[in-house]
Amino acid sequence: MTTALEVASAVRDPELPVLTLADLGVLREVSEEDGRVVVTITPTYSGCPAIDEMGADLRRSLRAAGFAEVEVRLSLSPAWTTDWISSEGRSKLAEAGIAPPARIGPRAAGPVPLNLVPPSRQVACPRCGSPNTAEISRFGSTACKALRRCNACSEPFEHVKEI
Amino acid sequence: MSFDNAYESLLGHEDAHWAFGTGFSEALSGVDREFPAGVDREALAAYCLMLGDDALICSQRIAEWCSRAPELEEDIALANIALDLLGQARMLLTRAGEVLGKTEDELAYLRDEREFRNVHLAEIDCGPGPGGDFGTTIARLLVFSSWRLALFSRLRGSADPVLAAIAEKGLKELAYHRDHAAQWTVRLGDGTDESHRRMQAGLERVWPFVDELFATHEVEARLSGVAVDPASLRSEVDGVLAAVLDAAGLTRPADTKAARVAGMAGRDGVHTEVMGYLLAEMQHLHRSMPGAVW
Repeated sequence: MTTALEVASAVRDPELPVLTLADLGVLREVSEEDGRVVVTITPTYSGCPAIDEMGADLRRSLRAAGFAEVEVRLSLSPAWTTDWISSEGRSKLAEAGIAPPARIGPRAAGPVPLNLVPPSRQVACPRCGSPNTAEISRFGSTACKALRRCNACSEPFEHVKEI
Repeated sequence: MSFDNAYESLLGHEDAHWAFGTGFSEALSGVDREFPAGVDREALAAYCLMLGDDALICSQRIAEWCSRAPELEEDIALANIALDLLGQARMLLTRAGEVLGKTEDELAYLRDEREFRNVHLAEIDCGPGPGGDFGTTIARLLVFSSWRLALFSRLRGSADPVLAAIAEKGLKELAYHRDHAAQWTVRLGDGTDESHRRMQAGLERVWPFVDELFATHEVEARLSGVAVDPASLRSEVDGVLAAVLDAAGLTRPADTKAARVAGMAGRDGVHTEVMGYLLAEMQHLHRSMPGAVW
C-alpha cells in the first residue's frame, strides 16, 4: 500500500523536473483528516508561476493513486529557503548540469546587507568541476536561478541562487 | 503532469481565471487568517491595498521593458523582478479582498483610478516609453526597492500574521531587487560620461516622488502595531541611498516635492496623468472580455 506521503513526495517540480517537490523542500506536510488528504506546500518565490501547476499535479497524482479527496494548502510561513533542498536534490541538480545553491544558514539579525558588487561565491562548474566561474546574470530562466559561465570550459550553466 | 500535456493549462480548468491560472484561492490557507482582535478591518484592507497597489503598478511599469531591455540578461532580470512584485501584489490584494468580499482579480482589474492607493513613484513613466530611460528605470527601482525592503523588514513584526508572513517572504526577493538596482547604479554612475549623465538625470526625475514615500497616512496611523509608520524608515533608507550614490559618484538631488492636489496624493487615490493610460493597458483585456481564460 502506497501512502499519500510517498505519492506526494514523488511528484516532480514543473520547472526543475529533475527534482521532486520533496527534494526541493516545498512539500511541507502531508496528513490525512477524515479520509481526506491534506498536502501543504510553500512557494519558492511570491510570484512563482509553477505553484498552481504543483497543486494540480499533486491533486492528479493522489487521485490516480486512489485518494479521492485531496486538498492542497499553500503556506507562506516559514518562508522557503534553498537550504531546504535535500542533499539528494543537490546531487540531482549537479548531475543535470545545474549548480546547486550553497548552504546559507539562518539570516543574521539586523538590516539586510547591501551588496554593491555581486558577492564572490565559489560556484563550481557542474560540467568540468572548475571553481573558476563567473556570474553572467543574477536572474535566469526561472525566478530561482542565476546564469553563470565557466572560465575553464567556457560553457554557460544555471545556478540555483541562494535565498 | 504538465510535461506530459503542456497545452492542458492553456485550455483552461473549470476554476481558472484569466490572469493567474488555477488554485490561488488557496493562497493564504496555510497561515492563520483570523483577524487579530481589536484590529480595524476596514483600515487593514485599505493598508493591504496600499502595499498591494504599490507592487502591482510598479510591476506593470517594469514589465513594459519585456523584449525592450538593453540586453537579454537585463530583459530577464526585469521580468523576474516584475514577477516577484506581482506575486506580492496578489497576496496583498487577496488579504484586502477577504475584508472587502472581492477577489484579487476584481481588485486588480475592476477598480477605477481613484480607487488605487499606490504611491506616485510606482506609476510614473520611467521608460522604455518617452517619459524615461534605462537610467531612470534603475533610479526608480533603487529608491522603490530600498524603501520597500526597509518597510517589509519591519512589517515582519506586524500584529497581522498574514502581513507578517507576506513580508518575511517578500523581504528576500526585495534584497535581490535592491542589489540589482544598486549594482547598476554604480556601474552607470561610475561608467562613461554618457552613462553617468543619464543615471544622474534618472535620479533627478524620480526624486520629487521620494517625499511621498515617508508621509504617514491616516490609515497607517489607525493601525498601530499592524502597519509600519513610513516616517520611521527615512533615516535607514537615506543611509542606503547615500551609500549607493557615494559609490557611484552621483549627487543626491535637491529635495523637491511633487505637487499634491488639495494635500492629497497616491495614498488618497489622487494620481498623476499617466495613471489612466497605465490602467487602460493593464485592465483592457479583462474588461473587454470578462472571464477570459488563457
